[in-house]
Amino acid sequence: MSVLLNALFLALLVILAVAAVRVRDLVGAVLALSAYGLVLALTWAGMGAVDVAFTEAVVGAGASTVFFLATLLRTVRTEQVRLPRARAASLAAVLLLGGLLFLATHEFPSWGDPASPASVHVSPRYLRLGYEETGAPNIVTAVLADYRGYDTLIETVVIFTAALACWVLLWRPKA
Amino acid sequence: MIREHDSVIVRTVVRALVPFIQLFALYVVFHGHGSPGGGFQGGVILAASYILIALALGRAELDRLVQEGAVLVLGALGVLIFALTGALGPVLGAPLLDYEVLSLPGVHGPEARALGILIIEIGVAIGVAGALTLIFCRLAKAGEGEGAP
Amino acid sequence: MTELLAYAAARYNYWVYILLMLIGFYAMVAHGNLLKKVIGMNIFQTAIILFFLSTSAKRGGTLPIVGPEALAGGVAPAQLMNPLPHALMLTAIVVMVATLGVALAVLVKIYRRYRSFEEDVILDRL
Repeated sequence: MSVLLNALFLALLVILAVAAVRVRDLVGAVLALSAYGLVLALTWAGMGAVDVAFTEAVVGAGASTVFFLATLLRTVRTEQVRLPRARAASLAAVLLLGGLLFLATHEFPSWGDPASPASVHVSPRYLRLGYEETGAPNIVTAVLADYRGYDTLIETVVIFTAALACWVLLWRPKA
Repeated sequence: MIREHDSVIVRTVVRALVPFIQLFALYVVFHGHGSPGGGFQGGVILAASYILIALALGRAELDRLVQEGAVLVLGALGVLIFALTGALGPVLGAPLLDYEVLSLPGVHGPEARALGILIIEIGVAIGVAGALTLIFCRLAKAGEGEGAP
Repeated sequence: MTELLAYAAARYNYWVYILLMLIGFYAMVAHGNLLKKVIGMNIFQTAIILFFLSTSAKRGGTLPIVGPEALAGGVAPAQLMNPLPHALMLTAIVVMVATLGVALAVLVKIYRRYRSFEEDVILDRL
């Protein structure tokens, strides 16, 4: 059942991503991207990454769409109809990259393998001792705020810096 | 300028809904230890509530409720709460971001760490909410004073 | 044949992630509209986050939230999702939306000056 749902979500993701790229009306493209974000959140919830799904549902389907629409409010709405330049070269680059990545998947552990290398290092220790050491039953919170607190601190600084950059970029002294 | 929404239903529902959204954001922040949630999620929900105000009730209403400068200061304050809590460690002779230095009478070991996590989650929530609200304010204001193309 | 199917069943997720990434990449290189490029970049980023999160999935696993049994050492790590990619990607998503704000601010600036989002028009007016 969950395998079927996952496959359905993945198919929807591909359709919505293609729609977001192909639609010429930019508002339509942004809304397709918003739907893409929502389906992405569902995919992650199905994968057991509820914390991430939670954030993506607000950010991907909500905040980023509003940011796009706020930008489009005072700018152009449509993409001009013209054939992309160097289309053949772009396609070749995309296909080459895709082929290389496709070949690389041969080396990957099978999807959802509990013994995959990513799952046998550090993380079992977090799961076993996380609650005992940090008092937080949600191990994601324990990892985020305690074991990997350094990372989170700098990410917070990055977010604030981005807001600052946005503020400065659109600064207009009152005439 | 984003104007007030035409429909009275939308305006009323948003007015009624915003306090609940903000309450939910606080719940998500403070309940991050035991259930999905935490500073980042709570922060984005809080920012979304302000964006919703601007979308449904107009920019003027958002400007009345929050000042851009205050939002910037709040964003900085969030990062500062996080950084200072982390810096308490080195000051008291422990590693950076070691929350066990927050031990109070009756609160030590894992409990002190849980307290530290809560404090920095609050910092993250304030920082993220401030940053996203600020970005929205700036983007929404960007075209003001120019004629539509 | 069944071997091939089993091989595909274990990897089709990765292939879809690659496909999504390529769709985003194509939008970034082939489209002349700057906003389309930003949309493409968004899809590209989410595809990579999707891939990272997929490394946390475990068949038959459940959410990485433990109960009081953890204090007695009763946690079986193989049955809980790997929490590390979750924590890392959680911050990555919020950083993604903040940097998206910066990208859009730059776009607004470009539009103010050149009155267009089309790459070749902007190049003409430079």
